[in-house]
Amino acid sequence: MELLFLLASPLAGAVLLAVYGARQRAPELNAAMSLLTLLAACALTARVVNEGPLLIAQEQFFIDPFNVFLVTLTAFVGFTTSLFSRPYMRVEIEHGRVTPARLRLYHSMYQLFMATMLVALTTNNMGLLWVAMEAATLSTVLLVTLYRTAASLEAGWKYFILCGVGIAQALFGTILLYFAAEKILGSEGVSALLWTHLNGVKGQLEPVVLSLAFVFLLVGYGTKVGLAPLHNWLPDAHAEGPTPISAVLSGLLLNVAIYAIVRCKVLVEGSLSSDLPSRMLMGFGLLSVVLAALFLWRQRDVKRLFAYSSIEHMGLIAFAFGMGGAVANFAALLHMTVHSLTKSAIFFAVGHAAQKAGSQLMADIRGLITRNPTVGWGLMMGSLAILGVPPFGVFASEFLILTTAMREQPWATPILLAALGIAFAAIFGRVQPMVFGETTAKRLPHPPALLPVFTHLGLVLLLGLYVPPYLADWYRAAARLIGGE
Amino acid sequence: MTPVSFDLQLLNLCAALLLLLSFAMLAQRRIVTLVNLLALQGALLLAATLLLAWRTQQHHLYISAALTLALKVILLPWLLHRLIRRLQVYRDTEPLLNIPGTLLIGVLVVVFSFGLAQPISALASTATRSAIGIAVAVVLLSFVTMINRRKAMSQVVGFLSMENGLFFGAMSATYGMPMIVELGVGLDVLVAVLVLGVFFFQIREQFDSLDLHHLEALKEPSSTRPAAEDR
Repeated sequence: MELLFLLASPLAGAVLLAVYGARQRAPELNAAMSLLTLLAACALTARVVNEGPLLIAQEQFFIDPFNVFLVTLTAFVGFTTSLFSRPYMRVEIEHGRVTPARLRLYHSMYQLFMATMLVALTTNNMGLLWVAMEAATLSTVLLVTLYRTAASLEAGWKYFILCGVGIAQALFGTILLYFAAEKILGSEGVSALLWTHLNGVKGQLEPVVLSLAFVFLLVGYGTKVGLAPLHNWLPDAHAEGPTPISAVLSGLLLNVAIYAIVRCKVLVEGSLSSDLPSRMLMGFGLLSVVLAALFLWRQRDVKRLFAYSSIEHMGLIAFAFGMGGAVANFAALLHMTVHSLTKSAIFFAVGHAAQKAGSQLMADIRGLITRNPTVGWGLMMGSLAILGVPPFGVFASEFLILTTAMREQPWATPILLAALGIAFAAIFGRVQPMVFGETTAKRLPHPPALLPVFTHLGLVLLLGLYVPPYLADWYRAAARLIGGE
Repeated sequence: MTPVSFDLQLLNLCAALLLLLSFAMLAQRRIVTLVNLLALQGALLLAATLLLAWRTQQHHLYISAALTLALKVILLPWLLHRLIRRLQVYRDTEPLLNIPGTLLIGVLVVVFSFGLAQPISALASTATRSAIGIAVAVVLLSFVTMINRRKAMSQVVGFLSMENGLFFGAMSATYGMPMIVELGVGLDVLVAVLVLGVFFFQIREQFDSLDLHHLEALKEPSSTRPAAEDR
């Protein structure tokens, strides 16, 4: 029931907003539908906490502690982003960058995008997971090109083709998975693609086929995560699309894609006696962290800067999941949460700052602290948080990941530390003049929405100081599910 | 050696023709012909699906065949032809690598695919397991087509032919995926083509061309940034 509400409210929102068009109250309607989704997610969470994992609709949907926390996170960030997008898109209309017709497309696709992510998170069917991931790409392609500038069209094309080809690899991986499962579960019905069934027989699945399948699945979904060297689409799509879309792409879509990989990893690891999946995840993760940290130095566009920072953090998460074990999984889940909250808060602040300066180039954004102290502080605090300065939550998760790495994979620790140091210097050195330099910027016609920024940062701070026991239990349950002992 | 039954021979013929078509696509520069080849590929896929459905008495394969007919033989080629007429793109420019070179690479790709498919074929219990290598080859050859072309339209044809190859792979390895998945994949492909249609008009509006070399401004380090400047 809750699940039905959860999936139906963004879908209804998409239809409603497409019909309603770009009238005066469309942004509010968008926020209201997102709030409904959030409420449904909370209800679903309460039910899973009370009753344990759920199997719904002939086992097509499966909710366990692992995905229910991502569902809540997705619905929450989806709601706050819709709050942020309200004044942001109004300013864009006044600046003449978006026409009302495109605003209709934007709102409708925003809701559709939320729906596809929620389906991807809750489905139990590996095939449907693929379908939902592809649908998530398709619903955002036209959002990336919303401004119709040459650069945004290029970004959209790159996004479509790279993710399309990537996701085709994942389809092949899914076919191989089905091929292996069908021998044991039989091809009658659809049970051979249901994750719960696969998980039950994972020890009997053919290891050769599964390791091949995992390579394809990792490359496929890894393209969406933005793991290096498959990350080329990510900075462009983040920089050229509207900022609310950058926030949800970075904060949510990447999480969903990594969720898909982890689900696959659980299956494959159960079948293989080797640690191939772990080593591949660690390798891709480490490469992403290092490459992203180096690329951070060359950025001049503020949204590209933080897009590369997302690649770095996704690499860190992939590395932690690769190490496996209870502590590393716990840390990775915590890091997914705090990264998603922090990064979307940063994009909110950056969005307002860029609108104010009339440019996304960091050289043009100056002196936020004098003209608009709250935006300035939001950006500063957000950057400090994402850089892992204590007492924010990112510090806690990075600390856990690093200490586990020291114990389990000592060779990787210096590399990780160096990359984090380089990233720190790069981001801090660029954010500092943006916040404290001289400025000539004018006021915005609509007051910026800063509540979401500080709500997110407050939550991240809270998670850094104190993880509530029920949340910790929840993370631990999820970490156990994905193979921590 | 046991004689191979007639219908299986036909199936293998379909598979071989599919491979041949992939090479034809690799060499073809006229976009209209490229789309026709794609439609032909769809038709071969349809024939293979029907043969397999008849041979194995798997009824869901008939539905899958109907889906292939509607989507891949009729709807998608029709949409693409319409796009070509509206956008007036008829020929691709010189590919990045010349055609004989591409064909040679294609041959290497086929050898590699059969190597890759070897362990899967060895484990498969379907009658069509020998075709798995061909399916992998079709996928990888489409990949080569996409890399080698400059026009957006040819890249899309490559993308769709990759999807066809994947379907053929699923069919020869497992007699097709569960219905719900096939429906979803079909829907995604259809939506993808529609989105691309919209997208092409946007590109054309912006550049007066569908040549992808216009889309090369976003490089590291970021060079000209029109998006940021015009605000």
